[in-house]
Amino acid sequence: MATAPPAVLPPPSKTYSARLRGGDEVAWAITLFFASVVLAITALLVYELWIWGLPAEKKFGFGFLTSRMWNPVEEQFGALPFIYGTVLTSVIALFISVPLGVGAAIYLSELAVPKLSNSLTFLVELLAAVPSVIFGLLAIFTLVPLMRDYVEPGLKAAFGFIPLFSGPTYGVGYLTAGVILAIMTFPFIISVSREALLSVPREQREAALALGATKWESTYQVVVPFAKLGIMGSIFLGLARALGETMAVTMVIGNDPSIHASLFAPGYTIAAVIANEFTEATGNVYPAALVELGLVLFLITIVINGLARLLIIVTSGKGTAKA
Amino acid sequence: MKKLAIAGLAALPVLFVSQAFAAETINAAGATFPAPIYQKWFEEFHKLHPDVQINYQPIGSGGGIKQLTEGTVDFGASDMPMTDQQIGAMKVHPLHFPTVLGGVVLTYNIPGVSQSLKFTPDVIAGIYLGQITKWNDSKIKAQNPGLNLPGSDIVVVHRSDGSGTTFVFTDYLSKVSGEWKGKVGANTSVQWPAGLGGKGNDGVAGLVKQTPGSVGYVELIYAVNNHMPYGQVKNAAGKYVTASFDTVTAAAASVKDMPRDFRVSITNAPGAGAYPISTFTWLLIPSRIADANKRNEIAEFLKWMLGPGQKDAQPLSYAPLPKSVVNAEMKQIADIK
Repeated sequence: MATAPPAVLPPPSKTYSARLRGGDEVAWAITLFFASVVLAITALLVYELWIWGLPAEKKFGFGFLTSRMWNPVEEQFGALPFIYGTVLTSVIALFISVPLGVGAAIYLSELAVPKLSNSLTFLVELLAAVPSVIFGLLAIFTLVPLMRDYVEPGLKAAFGFIPLFSGPTYGVGYLTAGVILAIMTFPFIISVSREALLSVPREQREAALALGATKWESTYQVVVPFAKLGIMGSIFLGLARALGETMAVTMVIGNDPSIHASLFAPGYTIAAVIANEFTEATGNVYPAALVELGLVLFLITIVINGLARLLIIVTSGKGTAKA
Repeated sequence: MKKLAIAGLAALPVLFVSQAFAAETINAAGATFPAPIYQKWFEEFHKLHPDVQINYQPIGSGGGIKQLTEGTVDFGASDMPMTDQQIGAMKVHPLHFPTVLGGVVLTYNIPGVSQSLKFTPDVIAGIYLGQITKWNDSKIKAQNPGLNLPGSDIVVVHRSDGSGTTFVFTDYLSKVSGEWKGKVGANTSVQWPAGLGGKGNDGVAGLVKQTPGSVGYVELIYAVNNHMPYGQVKNAAGKYVTASFDTVTAAAASVKDMPRDFRVSITNAPGAGAYPISTFTWLLIPSRIADANKRNEIAEFLKWMLGPGQKDAQPLSYAPLPKSVVNAEMKQIADIK
């Protein structure tokens, strides 16, 4: 992708030196270099993670991915509880933040009066810039007691027969981590979705209205499908943040490397365990296992992004406009 | 992020200025628990010896040992003694110098109980193994007859980050409970049989304050500075002891056969007044330093630290070393060649 040829080739009539003087060749070479830096950094990242994780890779092989063991004393390590926690909390986060974020973006770009829209957008962008540790503190002091005393007992009373909503309610655990991730990802989703919606050409709306559509019909059936790619992009940006978020999650997830069916139970994510244990990890295999977890997180991100692309390709063929 | 970057930039000139006057720069890295007193010591020592600047990076005991092994720092610091395997991996044999002492206390949040709770080693191990699950368990009640203990669940809280504090706590549990030793063991991180993990002392303290019916372990200095309640622990002599500077120092003084290399765990110490969950924290000094200037200055610092420097310990809430240990360490300084 990064090494693709320039979209516009110089006309062949000019000589090489003329093109050089014109700056085309230089610009091509320089921008190619910049683009390949991305590729080089990615490749180097994978290479380094692989090399530093070697002791663990040799010792555990593919069993690392399926083992539930995390015992630093006996140097037995497995990634499954962390993979589970990472994916589960991100899914919870998107489950909450996608309807919230996309809905808010539609309101801000289509329905709100410009003054309100501008000031709200400013606030949303402010929210997106708050450091994650601040959200973590907010979560510990406000969200955790709220979840423990009201939300989780409420869910338990209503849906307690489902294993997802059973067990003791500590206030820290998968659900709380998912909720704080939702709060952190939805400014991204609003911000990027809103841009995508605003970039829908005016003619599209006018055409829909001219055909007799109501404001909402034009928004929902014309504008939103037109901006679908941009909205999808915003969701994946949010997902990327959720998968890799460290500080806020480790403050509220309970940091327990085991797999529980209940959303109220404590769990662990990959980013959180690396941040927690790396500084004091001694020996050969222990730090390597943490590095290998980093590699696993990288792979999860690639797989999820790949699936997302696939989803876009499959769904964008169904008669909707392409952005 | 921007704010962080600006703060970082603002700190840069300070670093440059302080280094500009130093003729000799000595780099050290390691444990975070003693970092406040190390920073203070290095600053004081710099005032007395303006030509020596010691930079300390509190990156964790594991990181300190790693950097010392790779030779990227002049000396290291650790909250636990190095293992034989770790020493074997080093080119130059490291000497252990205990600097100050710390203790680990059990803090709790039991609605309706404000008095100091008494813990036996059995009870602590039972709670952390997930076997004692209610506050009105007969084993807890038997030791605390006057208290109105509720029948609520015990929520166990432990450190989630790797830390010397966890090492001391699990080392203690391994000594007093055979079951703990067999099932869990001692390390900076372990596979906890029960409970929630909080990041850092503040993370554990936060969870305990927030969760009714919880119990967690934190460093003594953290509990003292934050006015948290903590329990008494029955020591090896059968006495209930409250953690304090005196009882922690007493634990160090009561160790009978202090090994020559000071690699010793002082948990479950035998003295009647000894607080059982106590530990040294160590500086790790290479036994051979090629640069004569550096060697003399490090030796100079150690002498000062063991002498007048110990007076800085208590104001910063660390327990000072007992006399016997100081004297033995003074002799070890001569081993730096």
